[in-house]
Amino acid sequence: MNLDRRHFLVLLPAAAVAWKAVLAGTPEEAPNYRMSDHWWGMLIDVPKCIGCGNCVRACAAENEVPEGYFRTWVERYHVTDEHMTSPEVISPDGGKEGFPAAKEDAGKYFFVPKLCNHCADSPCTQVCPVGATFVTPDGVVLVDQKYCLGCAYCVQACPYGCRYIHPEKKVADKCTLCYHRITKGLTTACCENCPTGARRLVDLKNPNDPIHAFLKTHSVQILKPQMATGAKVYYNEMDGSVR
Amino acid sequence: MNLFKDAGHLLRFAGLFVIAFLVFWAIRGYVVPKTFGQYGHYRAAAMTEIAAHPAKFAGHEACETCHSDTADLKNKGKHEQVNCEACHGPLAAHAADPTVTPAKLDTAVLCVRCHAASAARPKTFPQVMADEHSNGVPCETCHQPHSPAISDSTTASAAPAAARGGAK
Repeated sequence: MNLDRRHFLVLLPAAAVAWKAVLAGTPEEAPNYRMSDHWWGMLIDVPKCIGCGNCVRACAAENEVPEGYFRTWVERYHVTDEHMTSPEVISPDGGKEGFPAAKEDAGKYFFVPKLCNHCADSPCTQVCPVGATFVTPDGVVLVDQKYCLGCAYCVQACPYGCRYIHPEKKVADKCTLCYHRITKGLTTACCENCPTGARRLVDLKNPNDPIHAFLKTHSVQILKPQMATGAKVYYNEMDGSVR
Repeated sequence: MNLFKDAGHLLRFAGLFVIAFLVFWAIRGYVVPKTFGQYGHYRAAAMTEIAAHPAKFAGHEACETCHSDTADLKNKGKHEQVNCEACHGPLAAHAADPTVTPAKLDTAVLCVRCHAASAARPKTFPQVMADEHSNGVPCETCHQPHSPAISDSTTASAAPAAARGGAK
């Protein structure tokens, strides 16, 4: 086919329109998951936690968490009448193998599961000098382990103690809110394995998520609200002695 | 008066500047990852890499596609809230390839993880002093793990008298 300049110029707009149609028909990389449709968090129902350690074991198995390090862990609080503000807190091996039996005794006991709060205004991402840790558009705080230098600024900056330096990779590591699961429509490993439903993955952008009704009708707190971190792990009926 | 009479040295300097900038731009294009800055001051491809991590827990929906009978039994009983892999462990490998056989479970370890008596547990949660409760008889002798209440368990009649006597 012999095209002269005049015909070529005439064909250009038509080609542009055709190319647009081609682009429009290209499937998105993850057709079932759109980051802009989600804003992830977690709900922890403190009175439901029995301290079995299932979440800690599940997290370690799912994410190959090194021995002695935790992306999630369970603390047991013991608050006595005399020491309301200084509770006795234990977390043997992160609560991985459960807790020693508590004898019937003065005061109250309860379990508090902890994990990364996936803060909307996270102190850890603000201090990273290289942009290796960030809040994703769907509200999950992640670490780019290929970019991380291992300087541990973020480990110090996290007010909740949720980060550690991986002993072999020498980079920052933390809870990913099972990003590899939630982007595929699964719940997190800890929520999947919680036998009492004390932990629930919530999507704050989903108008049908029961979290909205729950937040309206329950006494829900976040950890360290005075630090204005925008924490998205919500604790139902948590005692005031929890820090 | 010609303002540009002695501009030669400035032009040479400007040329150097342009070359330096081009070198900087070329190196920057090479070392800065393609997706850096797509959503913010980070590498967007990192999200895809993290999302590609294989799941070890298949999730109860995957289990229920084949084991719907067991799921139905469980969902009628006290263990309704407990998902399969909470006791059976991570079984994505089995879900992907059913010839991979799951490990046998030990109720002596599993049941007491949740049901061993402790003052720290919520008072409404069913708890037992394992030694007194069963006198060493395995839990599954009386309780069917998928539907543990004795009244609706078919194995109740098989419960040894000793165990029943010791039951709370």
